[in-house]
Amino acid sequence: MRANCWMGTQRVEVRDVPDPQILNERDCIVKITSTAICGSDLHLYNGFMPTMEKGDILGHEFMGEVVECGRAVKNLKVGDRVVVPFTISCGVCNACRAEAFSCCENSNPIPQVSEAVVGHPLCGFFGYSRLTGGFAGGQAEYARVPYADVGPLKIENGFTDEQVLFLSDILPTGYMAAEMCDIQPGDFVAVWGAGPVGLFAMASAKLLGAERVVAIDRFDYRLQRAVARAGATDVINYEQLDGTTVVDALKELTGGRGPDKCIDAVGMEAHAPGLAYAYDRTKQALKLEIDRPIAVREAIMACRSGGTVSIIGVYGGMVDKFPLGSLMNRAITIKTGQTHVPRYMKPLLGRIERGEIDPTMVISHILPLADAPKGYDMFVNKMDGCEKVVLKA
Amino acid sequence: MAAQRSDGERLAKALGWFSIGLGVAQLAAPRRMNRLIGVDPDGKSTATMRAIGVREIAAGVGLLSQPRPTQWAWGRVAGDAMDLVLVGDALNSDDNDRPRAATTLALLFGITALDVYCAQRLTNTRRAPMTTAVDAERQEGIRVRKSVTVNRPADEVYAFWRNLENLPRFMKNLESVQVTGGGRSHWRAKAPAGTSVEWDAEITDDRPNALIAWRSVEGAEVPNAGVVRFLQAPGGRGTEIHVDLRYDPPAGKLGALVAKLFGDEPGQQVDGDLRRFKQVLEVGEVLYSDASIASGLRPAHPPEGQAPQLYDREEAILAERSADTAATTSNRDRASSTPPGEPRPSSAMPRL
Ligand SMILES: [Zn+2]
Ligand SMILES: [Zn+2]
Repeated sequence: MRANCWMGTQRVEVRDVPDPQILNERDCIVKITSTAICGSDLHLYNGFMPTMEKGDILGHEFMGEVVECGRAVKNLKVGDRVVVPFTISCGVCNACRAEAFSCCENSNPIPQVSEAVVGHPLCGFFGYSRLTGGFAGGQAEYARVPYADVGPLKIENGFTDEQVLFLSDILPTGYMAAEMCDIQPGDFVAVWGAGPVGLFAMASAKLLGAERVVAIDRFDYRLQRAVARAGATDVINYEQLDGTTVVDALKELTGGRGPDKCIDAVGMEAHAPGLAYAYDRTKQALKLEIDRPIAVREAIMACRSGGTVSIIGVYGGMVDKFPLGSLMNRAITIKTGQTHVPRYMKPLLGRIERGEIDPTMVISHILPLADAPKGYDMFVNKMDGCEKVVLKA
Repeated sequence: MAAQRSDGERLAKALGWFSIGLGVAQLAAPRRMNRLIGVDPDGKSTATMRAIGVREIAAGVGLLSQPRPTQWAWGRVAGDAMDLVLVGDALNSDDNDRPRAATTLALLFGITALDVYCAQRLTNTRRAPMTTAVDAERQEGIRVRKSVTVNRPADEVYAFWRNLENLPRFMKNLESVQVTGGGRSHWRAKAPAGTSVEWDAEITDDRPNALIAWRSVEGAEVPNAGVVRFLQAPGGRGTEIHVDLRYDPPAGKLGALVAKLFGDEPGQQVDGDLRRFKQVLEVGEVLYSDASIASGLRPAHPPEGQAPQLYDREEAILAERSADTAATTSNRDRASSTPPGEPRPSSAMPRL
């Protein structure tokens, strides 16, 4: 089969690789119809996530048709159309039973790698380095789906792929970012990053009752989309602030209080004008820190006292200059986590069906799988108004 | 044996402090130190004295920070040899105070003898044979302690482990365990190049649903002993499994083999084994990823040709687990009736 493989920093290639096989009783094999490039794939592309190997198949957002089932899979059959969560969850461990699916204790077959980096093993993900188990990804014609009786959501009505594909990751991720904010009537919510997850976080915050939502980014086209499609009421382009800071701009917007709830939908490769960026970028290049925590720093400093900071952007390791004093003294709550995708898939499918949210709003490009390298290039360089690239296998 | 060990270790600690004290003096006052040992304090000898000071401090830290600093003790012996050569050279130079240098040389011989004694002590105790599980409490050798929580009741977890023939299902390098009767069993582990290592073991303590202890019988190539305890996890989270084992790695080729058997780092293999144990009991089988099915680095993409040989499945557990699976599926259906953001019923899943 053809698959998009990581071949080194800023190098991906669509190559011929063997077809996947059933390796466990609860596996199924999915023939992929649509897959997508995620913002978090760019961390792999840019070489910031450790433990990638040349030839690793990328991709964790995919859907398609079941073509083979392991003998313990009873709820799916050949021919079923499924969306596959990026998190791999066993369904029976204590974490899975508590619906904390992204904390699954059994889905990472090489736990010692992440245990060394973050103290405990991470859950298994598709196509996301050995930290998350070393599973082949879904930017391919076929994928093996372990624990297929837990994660995949069967799609039975006449939805298009584009309508339901993002249930695999970014829609539940944006939704969970907003849900973690415990939004109250009148809340002012600030969202760092107007990428696809940021847009879904904004739309979800509005759905959950936020009064105002401000989008923070450095690209005007993304900020315009945030207003036009995701319901943002205000925007801040941090590269056009004329001498003021994001924190001051947010105070200005909120009568000095600061946003009630702050969402970091940026993660480890944040940008900022000036010295802070240069400091973190240099340390990151020297491998002295894995992440550039600029967005989360700003979010904590900006958040009103007693407010909540929700971190959904991906971080990999250690950071410097973390404003712990601000966090502690001002009673700020931090909520975070990889998305417990299966918990959200069916309810969000309901919201899509009722027209409460339209996932297709984030799509800017639909390309054939063979053009995956072009898609990565466009996405990383923000060319041609790139927001979300869907690949057709 | 225990006395011998504390002997070597106590000496190592004393030598560690001695190293640090000497090193600090050498770094702080290299010229005075040179005069003291009878060497003319010129620029070159001052630099040498400082370098030796750095080495002494490093050796001292090494001796003090390691529980059994065998390497560092031998490192000190090597340093002594170097110093003997330097001071011996000093004796041949007219610039130096020869009587003082001779006294220094004699002193150095004495320290070297002490260092050799200490290093040998540490090395010898490392090879002490393992006799009984109780003795193991005071034993040299390598000790590994790991634990995992399995979401199954203690009687089930105990029963699975107590049937020793199950162990190869999750212990990666174990080929087979044959119960031979009378509390005895025959163990066979994979070794590189298609060979294997075998030993006999006996159960020394067996308390149902609580504890199993074992040790290798006399004459084993790799003396080992261990105990696994089963404790009820708080909050109805199943059973905690605490493994405490010791093994005595022999030297040479067999030593390398044993290192592989127990993992590159002591404990790493046991850690992986316990996680597989959890998977077998909770899920019914060991999960594979594209990167985990082969040892060593390989791309995370499907393997060439036939799927690799897999472990036998636990049929009984699989059957039981399919009930869990059904519960999980219905779990998602139930979630649809509870929109995210609203409190979910806390007893969502029936406990088994
Ligand atoms: Zn993603
Ligand atoms: Zn789980």
